[in-house]
Amino acid sequence: MISAAETGTGHPPRVLLAKLGLDGHDRGVKVIARALRDAGMEVVYLGMRVTADQVAAAAAQEDVDVVGISVLSGAHMRLMPRMVDALERHGLRGAGAEGDVLLLVGGTIPDSDVEPLQQMGVDGVFPVGTFTAQMVDFIRAGLSREAR
Amino acid sequence: MSSTSNENPRTLSGLPIEPLYTPAGLDTSGFDPATDLGIPGEFPFTRGAYPTMYRGRLWTRRQIAGFGTARATNERYRFLLAHGQTGLSTDFDHPTLTGYDSDHELAEGEVGRLGVAIDTAADMGELFDGIPLDQASVSLTINHPAIVLLAMFLHNAERRGTPWSALRGTVQNDSLKEFHGQKTFALPPAPALRLTTDVVEFCTKHVPNWYTISISGYHTREAGSDAVQELAFTVAQGMAYVESAMRRGLAVDEFASRLSHFFGVHNDFFEEIAKFRAARRMWARLMRDRYGAKRPESMRMRFHTQTLGSTLVRQDPLNNILRGGLQALAAVLGGTQSLHVSGYDEAYDIPSEEAMRISLATQMILADESGVAATPDPLGGSAYLEALTNQLEEAAMAYIERIDGMGNGSMLDGMLEAIGSGYIESEIAQASYRYQQRVESGDYTIVGVNDEYSGDASNAGSLELFEFDYAEEERQIERLTTVRQARSESDAAASLRDIVKTAQADGNLMPPILTAVAAGVTEGEIMGTLRNEWGEYVDPGVF
Repeated sequence: MISAAETGTGHPPRVLLAKLGLDGHDRGVKVIARALRDAGMEVVYLGMRVTADQVAAAAAQEDVDVVGISVLSGAHMRLMPRMVDALERHGLRGAGAEGDVLLLVGGTIPDSDVEPLQQMGVDGVFPVGTFTAQMVDFIRAGLSREAR
Repeated sequence: MSSTSNENPRTLSGLPIEPLYTPAGLDTSGFDPATDLGIPGEFPFTRGAYPTMYRGRLWTRRQIAGFGTARATNERYRFLLAHGQTGLSTDFDHPTLTGYDSDHELAEGEVGRLGVAIDTAADMGELFDGIPLDQASVSLTINHPAIVLLAMFLHNAERRGTPWSALRGTVQNDSLKEFHGQKTFALPPAPALRLTTDVVEFCTKHVPNWYTISISGYHTREAGSDAVQELAFTVAQGMAYVESAMRRGLAVDEFASRLSHFFGVHNDFFEEIAKFRAARRMWARLMRDRYGAKRPESMRMRFHTQTLGSTLVRQDPLNNILRGGLQALAAVLGGTQSLHVSGYDEAYDIPSEEAMRISLATQMILADESGVAATPDPLGGSAYLEALTNQLEEAAMAYIERIDGMGNGSMLDGMLEAIGSGYIESEIAQASYRYQQRVESGDYTIVGVNDEYSGDASNAGSLELFEFDYAEEERQIERLTTVRQARSESDAAASLRDIVKTAQADGNLMPPILTAVAAGVTEGEIMGTLRNEWGEYVDPGVF
């Protein structure tokens, strides 16, 4: 379990999960939603067929610490730059942000795309088959780093 | 710990497995070979849909394909036909599946990405260019917009001079599984079911050799259900369609023989074989006893099988060739009519040509080298398999009774309630989470993932993966623009007004949609018109 103190925010980690585009493969994102909730986090699942802008607006409104995007359509290289951009426009990352939200992406992602995704500003890339426990650890480590 | 050393072994869906099965034990369980097994090709079809099974005719090797523009997919079809494929199956991209044109803002990045992009009847013409429509059996894997895509197909057949009665093929048209399985819905449940029934009604009268619905469990399984749920919800969907067509005034024996089914096949070898056998028996009993079918063809379930993409592992991807081979063997021992073996590289991207060639070879090795095709239902009578078949039927029937209760004795109303209340989705989400926990805890072993040697596993390495060409998106949008510019705007607008009128008057929508696609109206325009009329569906996101 992750304690509120670990995140340094005074509340349990808040995570927003969503699927961008028209992709309907939602098995993974729902397993992750449940696993993060069971690990003591507050999870908001925004659902599927949302735009990067809707995700960023919801992230700002819900004051989340983590944004997790699921893409199994293969469109991650097109969609994630828009996500990074939308988070910056909503003041959740980059210059002017109080503290960057942690941005994660999971899905059918070839190994060769992992580094380019990280370079465009995605903090964590989780290809299909990743254990949920690894994601919990990654979020815990990422948030406690920011809290310091 | 491996699953075989487990002291309390269960099938993947959690059914208990006895230490030993004996013929005597089967007898005392109440199993009656005369009524529970029968002979192949006869009620209750447990042992197979046809008397001689693969001795008479091998299963159809039907690898699904679709990516990029119609031109690119047409080339892949010709490649597959040249390498031993015997039937065609079309994967559509997400914008096509969900009823949006390629230039819609939500379509960005997904045009042609996981399937072929079809916006207009002209695209459909190009997709099957040079392929004889009266010889190749064609499967169109499309659901809420099925009526539109089928109209485009029928329009092209007419233009090429192929009579509709000569067309053999399938349209998936399984609207209900979209809400808990595939999740590429375009409309709310009730109007989507109406369109499904429009296709059944129209084809029964005008395209007599077409399979009007492929009642699908594959996507439900991919969404995380277990074998029992896949079986139960697929049969439940089928019952809702039968009741919907009967409410429309069709007699069950008029349309039931043109319904087909589609299942996934997972890792648990015997449970999967039992699932297929139980499915045939359940369907036969329900069609005869509940719906009063008289023709044996109305009771005989035929199905397509695809090895489940979600069983493919990224680590040591060549091992997926063996997984696919075992799953395919289970499908064949379960008596499938056609088969797709997923590509071993699909945990990374859609399959390469090399992966598809190996999938076809897998099927040919089973058909020609292994001897398993020599006699129908070679495992029939096995004490373990028959016990499992009974257990699966019983567990699936319990779900069906629950859903029937939700509809007060109507499976049509019961399914709409079970979907609307989130019941089905919640059941699947729980099974999916249980499975993930079993994998993460090591209770269920997947080689290369959580076994003691998995540290040695390597990733894709030198695999030659599929390379998607994003210029396909631009090319498709250009094609779409050209069609829009060439058509008569007044004809297009008039045909859309006719669609609205028919939608409001509760008429069959196929005739006005046929007129619209002939006038160059796009899929997105037709589905958009219906969305305006009937509203959109918002996924409840139960987890």
